[in-house]
Amino acid sequence: MDPTRHNSTTEIETTVLGADEIILNMGPQHPSTHGVLRVKLKLDGERVAASECIIGYLHRGVEKIAEHRSYQQFAPYVDRMDYVAAVSNGLGYCEAVEKLLGAEAPPRARVVRTILTELQRIASHLVWLGTHALDIGALTPLFYCFREREEILKIFEKYCGARLTTHAFRIGGLQYETYDGFEEEVKRFCDDFAHRIDEYETLLTENRIWLGRTKGVGILSAEDAIALAVSGPVLRASGVKWDIRKAAPYAAYAQYKFEIPVGKTGDTYDRYIVRMEEMRQSRLICLQAIENIPTGAIMARIGKVLKPPPGEVYHAIEAPKGELGYYIVSDGTTQPYRVRVRPPSFINLQAFDKMARGSLVADVVAIIGTIDIVLGEVDR
Amino acid sequence: MADDPTKKDATTPPPGGTEAGGTPPKSSEPAAVPPAASAQPAKPAEAVKLPETAKPADAAKPAASPAAPAAPAPPTAAKPAAPGAAAGAPAAPKPAPPAKEAPPKPLPLDNELVQRFKARFGASIIEATLDRKQAIILVAAAQWLEISKYCRDEEKFDYLADLTAVDWPKREKRFDLVANLYSFPKNERLRLKAHLGENETARTLIPVWPVANWLEREIFDMFGIRFDGHPDLRRMLLPEEWVGYPLRKDYDILTQDQAWVKENLGIESGQ
Repeated sequence: MDPTRHNSTTEIETTVLGADEIILNMGPQHPSTHGVLRVKLKLDGERVAASECIIGYLHRGVEKIAEHRSYQQFAPYVDRMDYVAAVSNGLGYCEAVEKLLGAEAPPRARVVRTILTELQRIASHLVWLGTHALDIGALTPLFYCFREREEILKIFEKYCGARLTTHAFRIGGLQYETYDGFEEEVKRFCDDFAHRIDEYETLLTENRIWLGRTKGVGILSAEDAIALAVSGPVLRASGVKWDIRKAAPYAAYAQYKFEIPVGKTGDTYDRYIVRMEEMRQSRLICLQAIENIPTGAIMARIGKVLKPPPGEVYHAIEAPKGELGYYIVSDGTTQPYRVRVRPPSFINLQAFDKMARGSLVADVVAIIGTIDIVLGEVDR
Repeated sequence: MADDPTKKDATTPPPGGTEAGGTPPKSSEPAAVPPAASAQPAKPAEAVKLPETAKPADAAKPAASPAAPAAPAPPTAAKPAAPGAAAGAPAAPKPAPPAKEAPPKPLPLDNELVQRFKARFGASIIEATLDRKQAIILVAAAQWLEISKYCRDEEKFDYLADLTAVDWPKREKRFDLVANLYSFPKNERLRLKAHLGENETARTLIPVWPVANWLEREIFDMFGIRFDGHPDLRRMLLPEEWVGYPLRKDYDILTQDQAWVKENLGIESGQ
């Protein structure tokens, strides 16, 4: 597809340029756009005067597909939205449908879901850290991050047979029991991982180049963050202490103790610190959870054919990128009447323009990385 | 920046219905709300500490024991096989509810929040319901912007979590415009809805919540609903030359597909 045909009449193109202003097109095929994001930048010398994100290259019509599938059939599709955090997507969808049915997963299933989802959060943050650092010029962290992520993917593979698009959960609970040695492997990973995060931090946290590239870059104030409805680590780095795992606990989070890291200035460095700390907290949640996994059933009795009573539900979870919401409307048949996904990446990306204006061209790459977008979810 | 008034702490949920718009939970659904907070009363206290070197050697043994009965247990066995002391309390009522509980359905809602809305906007508040413990207020589309402003300023719903639409082609006014709001100070959610006819427009919410910009563009893209006052109402995800609005129920996939095949491949589509 010809990229210039896509939304060709833009605000930027129709404005009169000053003598020093140029338009720079970045993407959709650019290594630092993390997929197929196209950014149009209006530059005044080295500074960004305005920017525009052009998205949709990965649009697959997920919400339309949902209207033509049964509730269970649609579950694997949600894995393909945020494909570096498929487990989290699945959790949100399964819990939303369970709410719609008035059912609830058994305690054992909820705890196992929590463990896998927190591992997924670590894996997702590792992808972010590796690629973000790579964009800015630090090559080494990528290899370390993917080494640890591999261990998590191995656990997923042993559990459900898939590494990336896992379809790990089912509506009503779990299809698979945990495998023999599951707890030990999670524990071994968590024990190792404590030192690994310290290792990453020695590479970056006090690195002069890293500080220079991230401190004061892409600042988003708390007021702007709320007005633009960003969520997840981007919101918390701006100083708003809000995490859905605490504010409206789902799965088994109410049982575990963990902290919500927050930043102060809302710059790229704060978002880095917040995510690093979140990985530590996720690790603590996993350790608490494997200590005491309840016994019993892993699947609620909900029947094979799901016909939720007419009505609607909005269920949001704290995905690695932010608030992942599912708004599902049922008309009483076996297929959802409407499934709306509230994608955190899409909404966080809207704040890009606010963060990028006035910054240097080189910082644009840092800002795209710090929002932590996955284009599969932005475009759906 | 650190001490500004927007730095809120919404981390302590009020007990019970955090999404209920302040109403007490429906009495007929005992099992659904508490998120297993009552499970395992004894263990979490000690599990919380978790020092880095917490019993490295013997930790494997207690961890293994709960998994042991898991292997032979058939996954769909309804009764929790031999619930241990820890699982005793919550496990007992678990299998029963899905079968006997009345199915969830929307109920009329009339709490203080709704009364405040009605006192302020009168007939513009068409209906208030509670569905799955979530508060929904249906308002007149003409007052969409004013009521949104009131929600943000007076009722402190300062966060527009999501804005979307639903198509009901058989209804007189075919579209539902749906806004999912969240309040940081109250830790509550609220859903605003308005009905829109095919050629009706809604006022843009950008002045109230700037996030509405892309969300409204997406609604325009998918449903063809237009927003008055939107500065940049273009397609969001689909190419500009796209024909039709895909999330409308009467969107014709087949005709589009055949036209595309004909134009781009020069053959008859076999569908």
